[in-house]
Amino acid sequence: MNPQYALEERDVSADVVALETRDLSVFYKGKKLAVADVSMSFPRNAITALIGPSGAGKSTLLRALNRIHELAVDASVEGAVFFGGHNIYERGVDAVAVRQRIGMVFQQAAPFPTMSIIDNVTAGLRLRGILNGRKPLDIAEKALRQAVLWNEVKDILNRPGISLSGGQQQRLCIARALAVEPAILLLDEATSALDPISTLQIEELMQELVKDYTLIAVTHNMQQAARVSDFTAFLMGDDHGVGRLIEVDRTNTIFTKPHDKRTEDYITGRFG
Amino acid sequence: MTPTTPTNPPITPAASAGRADRAFFITLWAAVTIFTATAVGLFIQLVNGSWQSLTTFGFGFIVDSQWNPVTGHFGALPMIYGTVVSSFIAIAFAAVIGIGAATYLAEFAPRQIADPLATLVELLAAVPSVVYGLWGLFVLVPILRAFVDPFLQAHFGFLPIFTGPIYGVGLLTAGIILAIMILPTVSAISRDVIRAVGREQREGGIALGSTRWETTWRIVLPAARTGIFGACVLALGRALGETIAATMVIGNKSVIAASLFAPSYTLSSVIANEFTEATSDIYISSLIELGLILFIISFIVNGAARLLVNSVFSRNEGR
Amino acid sequence: MVTAEPAHMAGVVGKRDPGVTARYIASNAWIGFTILCILIAAGALIAILGYVALQGASSVNWAFITALPRPVGVTGGGVANGIVGSLIIVGIATMMAVPIGVLTGVYLALFGRNAFAEALRLLADVLAGIPSIAIGLFAYTLFVAPFKHFSAVSASVAFAIIMLPLIIRTTEDAVRTVPRAIREAGFALGLSQFSTTVKIVLPAAQGAILTAVLLGVARVTGETAPLLFTAFGSQFWELNPTHPMAELSLQVFTYAISPYDDWHRQAWAGALLLTLAVFALNLLARAALRLGRR
Repeated sequence: MNPQYALEERDVSADVVALETRDLSVFYKGKKLAVADVSMSFPRNAITALIGPSGAGKSTLLRALNRIHELAVDASVEGAVFFGGHNIYERGVDAVAVRQRIGMVFQQAAPFPTMSIIDNVTAGLRLRGILNGRKPLDIAEKALRQAVLWNEVKDILNRPGISLSGGQQQRLCIARALAVEPAILLLDEATSALDPISTLQIEELMQELVKDYTLIAVTHNMQQAARVSDFTAFLMGDDHGVGRLIEVDRTNTIFTKPHDKRTEDYITGRFG
Repeated sequence: MTPTTPTNPPITPAASAGRADRAFFITLWAAVTIFTATAVGLFIQLVNGSWQSLTTFGFGFIVDSQWNPVTGHFGALPMIYGTVVSSFIAIAFAAVIGIGAATYLAEFAPRQIADPLATLVELLAAVPSVVYGLWGLFVLVPILRAFVDPFLQAHFGFLPIFTGPIYGVGLLTAGIILAIMILPTVSAISRDVIRAVGREQREGGIALGSTRWETTWRIVLPAARTGIFGACVLALGRALGETIAATMVIGNKSVIAASLFAPSYTLSSVIANEFTEATSDIYISSLIELGLILFIISFIVNGAARLLVNSVFSRNEGR
Repeated sequence: MVTAEPAHMAGVVGKRDPGVTARYIASNAWIGFTILCILIAAGALIAILGYVALQGASSVNWAFITALPRPVGVTGGGVANGIVGSLIIVGIATMMAVPIGVLTGVYLALFGRNAFAEALRLLADVLAGIPSIAIGLFAYTLFVAPFKHFSAVSASVAFAIIMLPLIIRTTEDAVRTVPRAIREAGFALGLSQFSTTVKIVLPAAQGAILTAVLLGVARVTGETAPLLFTAFGSQFWELNPTHPMAELSLQVFTYAISPYDDWHRQAWAGALLLTLAVFALNLLARAALRLGRR
C-alpha cells in the first residue's frame, strides 16, 4: 500500500522505504495472537508513529521489528519484515546482527548501573569488541552530541550513568543506541516516564535525528504523535483482542480527515 | 531466606544465537548437570555403600536394638530412638521460645531494637557446632549434673523419664544443646512469616476492641500458622542431622533407656564416633546405612518443611 | 451538641470494667512471656560467646597461632597447621562451588520457568538440609575409599556440596533482581545472551553474589563432621591437598573430647579463633550486601 502523498510540513517522501512488513503476525505464549496481518512500510528518514488504545499490540509489533520479541517465552512470528532487501526472519539471518542495525530505546531509561556515562555510551561497541581503533571519547562525543546531551555531561563523563536525571538518562540511552550507528531507531513509549520538559526535549531531538535516521515510535500520547511524526499508523484490538492495523497515512491526514471511522472515533474521543 | 518465585517471564535464547551464545548455554547446562548429578549421586552412593548391610540385615535393621561391632550384629533402633527423642526435646523447647521470641520481634518490639535483637538471635546460627559442643560439655553438663538433673529427679522422679543414674551427659543434655542450636531457625523464619501477615488483619482485630495480645494470639498467629509450622519442621530437620554437638554431650552408648538422663546415641553421632574405627566391611556398610537412613529422614522432613514455607509466601504474592 | 448517653460511655470514661482490666493484665503478662523468650535466646548467645571468650582469650597469642601441635605434657602447642589447613580446604571448596553454583543460579534466573527448573530449586533447597555427615560419607566413598587414604580434597568436595545450595539460590535471587529493562537494553544494542549476562547483568548483581559466597564460606568454616573421615587431621605442616590435613574445627573437637586439661585449654582457644573467624565472615557478608545495594 504505497499511495502518492501530497507534500506536507516536512518534505518527506514516502517512496524510499527503510523497513516494510508483509502480513506480519506476532504470537506469544505459543499460540496466542497478539498482532495479526500487519502490512505497512516505514519511509526512510521519516518519523512514523504507532498509536492506538492499550492492548492494540503497538509495542508487540515494534518489538517484532528488531526481533527482540522472540526473546520472550514461546514467542514467534509469521509473515515477513523486509530490511535492506532481505526478510530479517528468514533462515540464516542472525537476530543479533539485526539488532545491531535496528536499535531500540525503551520506556524505562536503563543505563547500565555499574558503568560510567562514557562507558554506557560506548557499551554497544566495547562489549562486542568492535571499537576498531576508534577512541571511545570520539565515539561518545559524536553520539552524545546527536542526543543533545554532550554539553551537559562533557565534564562528568566518568560519573555513573545512573547519577543523571530522568530526562538525561533517557537521552543517555538514546546516545548509547546511536553509538552503534543503526539505520533505524525504534522508540517504545520513550517519553512516557518523563516530565513535560524532558519530553519536549526528546521530541525536538527526534526531529533532528530524523535527518540521519529512520524513527519508529510507539506512543499513547496522540498530541505527541500529531506534533512530531510524519506518518501515523493506527492500531486497535479486534473482538478477540488481536491487534490489527486499521489505517496508516500521513499524520496530517490521519488527524484531520481519516479514512476509517474507527480511527476517527479514537482521535475525536481523545481530543474532545 | 524467604523463597521467591518468578514474576517476570524470563528471556529464552533466540533460534539464531551466535557461537558465543552456544558456548554460553553449554556452560550453563554443564553446571546444571554437574549439580544435579552430584545431588542424585549422593543418594546413589549411600545406597551403594550400604548395600552389604542392606542385603544382610534387610528391614529388620531398623527395628533391631542390638549394635554390636564385636559380633558383627548391627541394628539401628537405639540410634533412631536417640535421634528422635533428642530432636523432639529440642523442638519442644525451641518451638516455644523461638515462636515467643519471633512474636516479640515481629509484633511488640520497638523498631529500633527489633532489628539489632533479631541479628543477635541470628548470630546464634553462626556459632560453629563444635563450639556448641565444647560449651555443652564443659558448662551445661556440669550444671545439669550438679543442679538441674538432681532437682528433676527429686521432685519428678516418679516419672520414668527422670529415673536412673545421673551422668550429666545424656538425652536431656543433647536435647537442650540442640534446642539452642535450632532456636534461630524457628525464630528467624517465624518472624518473617508473622511480619508477612497483612496490616488489615491486625487493624481489624484492634478495631474490634481486642488487646494487643488478643489480636496477636487470635488473629495474627493463626494466620501465620502454616509458615510457623514449616519453620518448626525445618528446625526439626536441622536437629535430626546435627552431629558434632550431639556426639559431645550425648554419652555415645547404644542403649534404649526410658530415662532422659541416660546416655544415648544418635544416627549421626555414631557415624562420627565409630567410622574411623570401623574395621570390617559389614561394620562400615552398616554405618553408611545409618547415613542413608539419616539422608532419607531429613530429605522427607526438609521437603515437607520447604513446601509448607513456600506455600505461605506464594499465597501472599499478589497482595 | 450531642451528649452521649451515660450507658454508652460506661467503661470508657472513668472507671474501667473489671473484666477489661483482667484482659489488659493478661495481655501484658503474655507480652512479658515473649520478652522472656527473646531474653533467653539473647542470653544463650551471650552466655556461650562470653564463656568462650573468657576461657579462650588468655590462651590465644601469637605463639598459639604459629605453633604446631605438641604431644600431651609438652607446653607450647598451637594450631598453626589447622589454620592453614582450614584456609586450604575451604579455599579449594570455594573454587569448586562458586563456578557451578553461580552458573546454575544464572540458569535458574534466566531460563527457570519450567517444571525442570522448579524441581532443580526444590533439589537445592532439600540438599541444603541434608546432614553434613551424610555428605561426608558421600565424599568418603568417592574420594577416600578408592584411594585408600584421607585427603584434604575429599573434604573440599564435601564442603563444596554444602555450599552449593546457598550459592545457587542467592545467585538466582540476585540476577532476578537486576531490572528487566537493563537486560533488554543490552539485547537492543545487539549484544548476545552471553555478553549481556556476563558483562552487564552479573556485574550489576555482584554485591549479592559476593555475599552469597561469603555466607557459604562462613557456613563451612564452622563445619566439622565431614572432616572426620575425609581430611582426617594431621599433626604436621601439610600443603598437599591430596594428603590428610589438619583443620581448626577438627582440632578443637579432638582436643575437647580428650581427657587432658591442657588440650581442653587449647580447645577453648581454638574455639575462640574459630568463632571470631565465622563472625567476621558473616559481618563481611552483610557489608558486601549493603555495598552492592548502593
